[in-house]
Amino acid sequence: MITAFLIFWPLVASVLVFAFHSYAKPIALTASIIELVVSIVAAVNFIPDSSTQYSINYSWIQSAGINFHVGIDGISLLLVLLTTFLIPFIILSSFSTNYKNPSVFYGLILLMQMALVGVFVSLDGFLFYLFWEMALIPVYFICLIWGGEGRGVITLKFFIYTLAGSLLMLIALVYLYFQTPGQHSFDIQQLYAAGKLLPVREQGILFWAFFIAFAIKMPVFPFHTWQPDTYNVAPVQGTMLLSAIMLKMGIYGVIRWLIPMVPYGVQTWGESAIVLSVVGIVYASCIALVQKDFKRLLAYSSIAHVGLISGGIFTLSKIGMQGAMIQMLSHGLIVFALFYLVDIIVARTKTKVIKQLGGIRSQAPIFTTIFLIVMLGSIALPFTSGFVGEFLLINSLVKYQLGLGIAAGLTTILGAVYMLRAFQKSMLGDTGENTSSFMDLTTQEKLVLYPMVVLILVIGIYPTPFLKISEAAVNNLLTIVTNYLALVK
Amino acid sequence: MVNSKLIIALIPLLPLFGFLLISLFVNRISKSLASVIASGSVLISFLLAVITFIQLIGLPVDQRVIQVDLFNWISVVDFSAKISFLIDPLSSLMLLIITGVGFLIHVYSIGYMHDDAGSNRFFSYLNLFVFFMLLLVMGSNYLLMFVGWEGVGLCSYLLIGFWFKNKEYTHAANKAFIMNRIGDLGLIVGVILIFIHFGSIEYSSVLDSVLKQGGSEILTLITILLFVGAMGKSAQIPLYTWLPDAMAGPTPVSALIHAATMVTAGIYMVARNNILYTLSPISLNLVLIVGLITALFAATIALTQNDIKKVLAYSTVSQLGLMFVALGVGAYSTGIFHMTTHAFFKALLFLAAGSVIHGMQGEQDIRNMGGLRKYLPITFFVFLVGVLAISGIPPFAGFFSKDEILAKAFEHSPVVYGFALLTSLLTVFYMFRLLFLTFFGGTRATEEVKHHIHESPKSMTIPLIALAILSLVGGWIGIPEALGGSNQVGGFLDPVFASSQVLLSEQALSHSTEIILMSVVVVLTLVLMGIAYSIYVSKNTIPQKENSILSPFHTLLYNKYFIDDLYDSVIVKPLKKTAKVFYRLIEKSGIDFMVNTVGNSIVNGSKFARLLQAGDIAFYIFAMVIGIIVLIATGGLTR
Repeated sequence: MITAFLIFWPLVASVLVFAFHSYAKPIALTASIIELVVSIVAAVNFIPDSSTQYSINYSWIQSAGINFHVGIDGISLLLVLLTTFLIPFIILSSFSTNYKNPSVFYGLILLMQMALVGVFVSLDGFLFYLFWEMALIPVYFICLIWGGEGRGVITLKFFIYTLAGSLLMLIALVYLYFQTPGQHSFDIQQLYAAGKLLPVREQGILFWAFFIAFAIKMPVFPFHTWQPDTYNVAPVQGTMLLSAIMLKMGIYGVIRWLIPMVPYGVQTWGESAIVLSVVGIVYASCIALVQKDFKRLLAYSSIAHVGLISGGIFTLSKIGMQGAMIQMLSHGLIVFALFYLVDIIVARTKTKVIKQLGGIRSQAPIFTTIFLIVMLGSIALPFTSGFVGEFLLINSLVKYQLGLGIAAGLTTILGAVYMLRAFQKSMLGDTGENTSSFMDLTTQEKLVLYPMVVLILVIGIYPTPFLKISEAAVNNLLTIVTNYLALVK
Repeated sequence: MVNSKLIIALIPLLPLFGFLLISLFVNRISKSLASVIASGSVLISFLLAVITFIQLIGLPVDQRVIQVDLFNWISVVDFSAKISFLIDPLSSLMLLIITGVGFLIHVYSIGYMHDDAGSNRFFSYLNLFVFFMLLLVMGSNYLLMFVGWEGVGLCSYLLIGFWFKNKEYTHAANKAFIMNRIGDLGLIVGVILIFIHFGSIEYSSVLDSVLKQGGSEILTLITILLFVGAMGKSAQIPLYTWLPDAMAGPTPVSALIHAATMVTAGIYMVARNNILYTLSPISLNLVLIVGLITALFAATIALTQNDIKKVLAYSTVSQLGLMFVALGVGAYSTGIFHMTTHAFFKALLFLAAGSVIHGMQGEQDIRNMGGLRKYLPITFFVFLVGVLAISGIPPFAGFFSKDEILAKAFEHSPVVYGFALLTSLLTVFYMFRLLFLTFFGGTRATEEVKHHIHESPKSMTIPLIALAILSLVGGWIGIPEALGGSNQVGGFLDPVFASSQVLLSEQALSHSTEIILMSVVVVLTLVLMGIAYSIYVSKNTIPQKENSILSPFHTLLYNKYFIDDLYDSVIVKPLKKTAKVFYRLIEKSGIDFMVNTVGNSIVNGSKFARLLQAGDIAFYIFAMVIGIIVLIATGGLTR
């Protein structure tokens, strides 16, 4: 039941927010905290083996073989926790801004949470697709209604682009569905079995259909061009939802659906996916070097980081997969904090052009220290969460092919170049006219940022408990895939 | 043993606690309290390091290894990295240097940073640095060394840019971090390859497997990659240009980080991996060649620099090169020996230079100094000791270690010896040039500065005197047999390098050859001192060519061979250009244009999209909620 609660409680909460719209803020925050507490209970009672726990399999549309089948294994749990942990802070981060129609705003965030949790726990192809598409709608409206200049065109592009990708996925899912025996079913195990029976050519085609859908979401080069504009124009809570959580849907999709469903296709085309990912790392890092706008810089930096995760996963190694899991967590925390920090800068200085800043350090030492620590996480300094994931991922790529590993590793150099440059230009030096009265962090801002910083350090220094959550599930998944591939040969 | 493990674990943890304490209460504690916490924590670490050292030498020679496991840091399937410490003769010696010299520099900083508003922050960074540096040398595996390696890089970055309002300083800080990152990528890939090929990252098991398997191509690749890391951290060609710029940091930082400890991490790393290098002759030769070229190259630049700290910085680069020469000819303990004496006399020289700068109100240009021995007698005296030590005048510390390097170079090949000798002679010349221009002759400072010149406070001069004593006697731990000594430091380090020594089976020089070589060096050194004296002191004015630039060669040296400009035009600018091409051409006019074209045709052809754009949003949201509920409900009904 705990899984059903995690999915539907945000829905109930959003109804409550709509109903009592004058109390939108406290209701939304309380509801999301309750959700967080429940998810922690789930995590505490979770047995760290490879099994799917808290499952519900409830026949839904029987004639079509669609079940309300949900459950949580280690892989799901980490992402559910990331979602439930970040949402309260996303809500809290908005308290200093007075958005118009707050009930709609918070209602949408909660609906988004429902869809996100749904995606991470679905064990039925149709249900997964449903939640996948459902996740797009709230964030689309959040960007459209509360976004910045030019939001109409940009959010539409984002919407259509991702929708187009999802359609490919739908077609692939339906195709697989018709491969299932007898009455046909969307159950994940049935789809796995059906996919594995397909010949390599068809697995290859399905691979690309799924991959493009997921690649657009993450986004992986060259499917990324919607992302910088959208991150830039969205209100910060929208950007946080997109970058800290929603892009993990794409990565999760690869792990949960793509790899086990068409392993032969993955093996055949995995190298292309890795090459695209690695090209994306270097490409996006280079572009980040010449960005003048702080948000855009972070957007491209995020593309580079996600490229590394995607590359590591397709090596089909346990180190790469575990690296991806921990890096998803880390990236969520870091990118959340970075976008929030930059939003604070924009709110106080009315500019996000890096060159127009400078000297914030003298005015706001706490702000700068927090920025520094988060930045160090972003450039993967040891003892921050960023290092653990990045090390494991680069490790998997070096093992896969030395040249690709080194190319991917360039992100550690280029990342340092653009982040340190931005830090120097904005925080250090003399104060300018925009920063002369820069206020240090308020209590509310500290409440949002301190937990992130603590977690970035905790995961960096003692990642074992987090790695343990997904270890068995990842092992199991890869063992099945490896055995199958050995058999096919 | 429980107690000794606790003691070992506390050695790095105390400075970490110091850092946490100071940085968490940075605005709430007084300057004096912060400096006491910082210096005290390093002092206790030093005492614990001494206890550990005594315990270690109490053990039989072949059992001098103590390992302390704390906890499992990262473990994924077959990969596991522990947080655990390894104490053996090599790390034990490093501990003594880091905490000992570190403590003296902390004390010195109390006086030096007294008037700086950010002195609490300064001490917190300094403590953090000591923590990471200790981690680097104490870690029992490659990944922990890497943690320390990057950690000290971070502290170096923070301290170079300590005066963060100055754009030039923060730029130097960025440069240091980024150049080190280039090296670090080599290092981490090397570590990953070690794991892939030997199945472990613990020194003990890797070194065992390497010994069993012998040399191989992959081992050559690994050792080269590791050495790329060393090039960055220890400022060797081509990754050395950050170190002279790093002088932007406060002078105690230059002494501690950029002379005595952090920059020697590369030496430590190669020495720690001596077996790997011994089994990869190509890599070992690379170490030798890079060291040799860097040593000579940096020494020539030092000849023409006029900033007191820049001269010392290039000197450090050059001396590090000499240490790599020692490692490169397989004389690992010699390299470590020189590292030790260098830590004493270079820290001394920097701190003495700091005392000069302190006394001269921030002046660093030696053309504006001169005659300072009258004003700063203690500083002059200790600086003189430092110069004598680095120049290799017996019985000062540098004499023994440098002589050992030259002897080992001579054993290896006369060419190497020739280059190394030339470097050490150049060293004599530029150091005496520095000494003479700073402390001798008439004072060229302005009247106003002259009026304010003062000797530094006790907190600064006492550490200076302590370091001066070390620079005198520090070499006596390695008196060669030819002079009737027994080279104790070499013997102490022997267990670490035993396997390499067996493989290299070096042939020692005869004592008479060694004494002849020594005499040659000493005589030449004295001659060069004389030349420097005649150029810089006997004429009472500053030589003309120090002010104007004469020959093209001098121009080349003065501008540091234009290497910075070369990097700028070969790497930095093309990278920026590529990035711009990526952004404007590929990203905007290429990929995004295509996406938009496809997108537009869909938009134009689809009413669905128009509906979405024009509809009543609240209605859609409402409809969505209802829709979800209805879907679920109908699902339940059809069941």
